Amino acid sequence: MTTPAFAKRRALRKTIPGTGGRAASVFLIPFFVLFAVTMIAPVIYAVSLSLFAEKRSGLGFGGATIEFVGLGNYVQVLSDRTFTDGFGRLAVYCILYVPALLAVALVLALLLDATVAYAKRAFQLLLFLPHAVPGVIAALVWAYLYTPGVSPIVKALESGGIAIDFLSAQLVLPSMVNIAVWEWAGYNVIILFTALQALPREILEAARVDGAGEIRTALSIKTPLVWPAIGVALLFTVIGSLQLFTEPKILSSATTAVTSTWVPNMWAYDAAFTRNDLPQAAAASIILALLAGLMSWVVTRFTSKELTR
Amino acid sequence: MTAVIDRPTSHRAAPIPPGAPRPRRLGGGRALSIVGVNGLLVLGAVYMVLPLLWLVFAATKDAGALYSGDAFTFGSHFLANMQHLLQKDGGIFLRWLANSVLYAGVGAIVGGFISLMAGYAFDKFEFRGKRPLYAAVLVGVLIPNTATVIPLYLLAASAGLTNTIWAVLIPTLCNPFSVYLARVFSAGYLPAETLEAARVDGAGPVRSFLQVGLPMLVPGFVTIALFQFVGIWNNFMLPLIMLQNRELFPSSVGIALWQSQVQQNPEFATLVIAGSFVSIVPLVIAFVMLQRFWRAGLSAGSVK
Repeated sequence: MTTPAFAKRRALRKTIPGTGGRAASVFLIPFFVLFAVTMIAPVIYAVSLSLFAEKRSGLGFGGATIEFVGLGNYVQVLSDRTFTDGFGRLAVYCILYVPALLAVALVLALLLDATVAYAKRAFQLLLFLPHAVPGVIAALVWAYLYTPGVSPIVKALESGGIAIDFLSAQLVLPSMVNIAVWEWAGYNVIILFTALQALPREILEAARVDGAGEIRTALSIKTPLVWPAIGVALLFTVIGSLQLFTEPKILSSATTAVTSTWVPNMWAYDAAFTRNDLPQAAAASIILALLAGLMSWVVTRFTSKELTR
Repeated sequence: MTAVIDRPTSHRAAPIPPGAPRPRRLGGGRALSIVGVNGLLVLGAVYMVLPLLWLVFAATKDAGALYSGDAFTFGSHFLANMQHLLQKDGGIFLRWLANSVLYAGVGAIVGGFISLMAGYAFDKFEFRGKRPLYAAVLVGVLIPNTATVIPLYLLAASAGLTNTIWAVLIPTLCNPFSVYLARVFSAGYLPAETLEAARVDGAGPVRSFLQVGLPMLVPGFVTIALFQFVGIWNNFMLPLIMLQNRELFPSSVGIALWQSQVQQNPEFATLVIAGSFVSIVPLVIAFVMLQRFWRAGLSAGSVK
């Protein structure tokens, strides 16, 4: 509880006097040169590329000409059923994945934060381990764990009289959600657990004095108080789900249920490397980036201002 | 703050006045909740660890045992699998691992240092255009990598840089999230007064950063470098798109290439599993040893 005047003085003291733009530029130029080369320039190049298309005259004789088509590529991409189907799948994936991940992470974090939990450090490490596994290998291991004949899970279910094909057209999407939850739950557990540990103890003790049990405290006191941390986790989860590429790409070699244009990222990859249609690949990437920006804005607007503060 | 200090620190120790509601969890209820909470945690830990255990057991089996025997028993082919893995195609797997180490190592150290400098400047310096520049960094954090990978490929292709190590290395040097973390660490670990003292002693901004700031920011730098190392090691789409030459692949892309051949030749399955096993062991060891740092990074990223 510092007074405003003291806070202001602290704020002034935070930076070093006599250091202006010239000193700062020495430190900032390397990063911003890279930022311009690896993020801004590619996007500008892709936007300009996406406004042109290769046109072949008549029967394809006489070579191709490059023509300005305005937003024509965007219209074509957005009216392509395989692309919009991919967005539909991505939407369903998000709807399943985001709540599942946050629920699993929050429950595990609240359990870890319970006063009766033993061996908290060991549990944190075990829960976090999958995050040390590269996405490709996580997808590979789970692909084997879904494959009948190899998988102990499928075998155990079969011996219990349940026949499930995790890689079928109906189940492959939830199976993919499971892989992502496995990879990312531990990461989010640590974030939420850290936030829980930072809560002022006197509030929790006041709740205990008022007769609230552990479960009641967890749901009605702790959860609302860590909402900003949940907001940050939500933001990164949403951004992460739009990136979906590695898991379906790997699973596409294990099942025919995953096509080469299964999600927007795979559609763009397929456009660039199978169909050699670079302008459409560029247009698809720009659509995806715009959507990511929009979703980030929506999530930060409605949850927390932690990151942008 | 004083009101808090005056209150008894533990209410459990305070006597309960007669007639007041008694705390609920006592005796049998408490034992039940100990079993419940820890049981659920064990269940969560089992879910996280079993797939990895499966991989450990699978790495000891030949293709026949993989498809027939019990999943959680040891086979007898571990050494044979490792030998096969290391000899396949003239030892290309070691080459892939070395490439992963090169991309992730250089990206973590050089990229981490570049981010550290930028985060330090955003925290400690006052200059025109600071707010819009920092806003640009945050936009960079929020744009998913994969949305810029194909544009990056298109640009690199027009510059003739695809299929070189630079096409994989240069993009990993730029990490806006690391700049954000560096700013948080600089604010937390490094009092401006210390740098002021250096300035009074006549040190310029570069010298005071290198001699005063940097030593105090070492834990922050290790944290940032660790996260970048893992991020680059795990990266799949960028190298997959940028590289055609097998010799330049990192291990993730190499293993995925082998996996795509399993359907024609099931023998590749043992290679894929052995390769997966070998490429996660160093990461798991690194995470166990560097717990202090990733915990610090995760908490800095969430709650300031």
